[in-house]
Amino acid sequence: MALSPNNVRPADPLDSQAPGVLRAAGLLVQRDLRLALRRPGEWLQPLLFFLVVTTLFPLGTNPELSRLRDMAPPALWVAALLSSLLALELLFREDAQDGSLEQLAVSGLPLPGLLAAKTAVHWLLTGLPLVVVAPLASTMLGAPVAAIPGVLASLLLGSIALSLIGAVGAGLTLGLRRGGVLLALLVLPLAVPVLIFGAQATTHAIALEPMTGSMYLLGALAVLAASLAPLAVAAAVRISLE
Amino acid sequence: MSWVWFHKLGSPPHFYRIAGKLVPWFAWPALLLCLAGLVMGLGMAPADYQQGEGYRIIFVHAPAAWLSLMIYSMMATYAAIGLIWRINVCHALAASCAGVGASFTLVALVTGSLWGRPMWGTYWEWDPRLTSELVLLFLYLGYMGLRGAIDDTSRADRASAVLAIVGVVNVPIIHYSVLWWNSLHQAPSIMQMKKPTMPPSMYVPLLLMLLGFTLYFVAILLVRARGEVLRRERTARWVGESLGAGEAA
Repeated sequence: MALSPNNVRPADPLDSQAPGVLRAAGLLVQRDLRLALRRPGEWLQPLLFFLVVTTLFPLGTNPELSRLRDMAPPALWVAALLSSLLALELLFREDAQDGSLEQLAVSGLPLPGLLAAKTAVHWLLTGLPLVVVAPLASTMLGAPVAAIPGVLASLLLGSIALSLIGAVGAGLTLGLRRGGVLLALLVLPLAVPVLIFGAQATTHAIALEPMTGSMYLLGALAVLAASLAPLAVAAAVRISLE
Repeated sequence: MSWVWFHKLGSPPHFYRIAGKLVPWFAWPALLLCLAGLVMGLGMAPADYQQGEGYRIIFVHAPAAWLSLMIYSMMATYAAIGLIWRINVCHALAASCAGVGASFTLVALVTGSLWGRPMWGTYWEWDPRLTSELVLLFLYLGYMGLRGAIDDTSRADRASAVLAIVGVVNVPIIHYSVLWWNSLHQAPSIMQMKKPTMPPSMYVPLLLMLLGFTLYFVAILLVRARGEVLRRERTARWVGESLGAGEAA
């Protein structure tokens, strides 16, 4: 073929007009946020669940302040873990049903990036609210007011890791009939390190001790999850869509 | 050097035939080694000066614990090979690993908890190593659960392969997090006790059992993988031929 000016443009005309992955991810974030804000019930429910579960812990024992303080970190973290698990159903289900997930997969843009954006929105809607109500829950469990910044910081890092780890499980169980229980079985063992270091950081925070060590480890887990999980999520979603 | 033998191994009929021939070569030495290890370990090794006769459960516990971890990494390796090069036989091998690995994990847990009764005074101590075995068991069960929940074999293969790879990245993280968790929370005095270096009369039988268990695992893996290959290829002609269906038809 001769190199006429007509042939200088890229071989695929779609390519020149297609958005880059960053722009696409931004659009995706906007779309998902808009959709979620129209149905606030869906993502408020896991939040309520978190509050209810943390309330149930004191009811199951003698609500002495010193005992409650011992129990606060595991109660907060187990409740956060379970509520993030409940919220995972929202991550891909709707988009898989109406086919928009498939459109993302065939869009030609890097799927890990797009799914990372979806997971980020999911964290904004289900992880961040947890962090916001955590002062309430931790005060109910007898944590001193001075401990609140530490509790917030540990939940902030931990919930990022939990959302990312959970996204892998959500991708793998996409469209399965018995998905819910299986999702718990897949995700909970993988979340053990987050639970351990998170609860440890919270324990130190409530005891008003320095919590740098566990925060570093928690941060490392979040960074590791952020760098590797999107690849696994994309692989899982591709497999589930076929 | 020709790589034909390698490619042949990836083809189900050849794998089925070769694996069938290999099984006795692993099974018989496994039986002999385990017998020798048991006789030496239970009969000839001296009692431990601290733990008495109770320590002898180590001859089952340690090999089972070693295998539980080795099988998981092996399963993830097979799964990765199967996922990347799309070798069906590797997926069959990974699928066959899961059940055996979960069983060995269970054996390690049960023997560990039985051992804990005379040593720690309780059946369950939140000892870091036992705890990470427990999480490993959950990982195996999750893998098997995911496999069981997906009807389409090819999709089940690839989805569970992704899970196995994610799991194998997590196993060391889980192990060390559990280790640090307990060492920071409480320092059980019993774990501080340095194990006395073993005399040869104890570690020789342990080594024999370790080797015997490993060979047994290879034998059982081959048997199970043969069954798995047959199940997957049940409609293929070679299956009918090799099972002698010709006479029945």
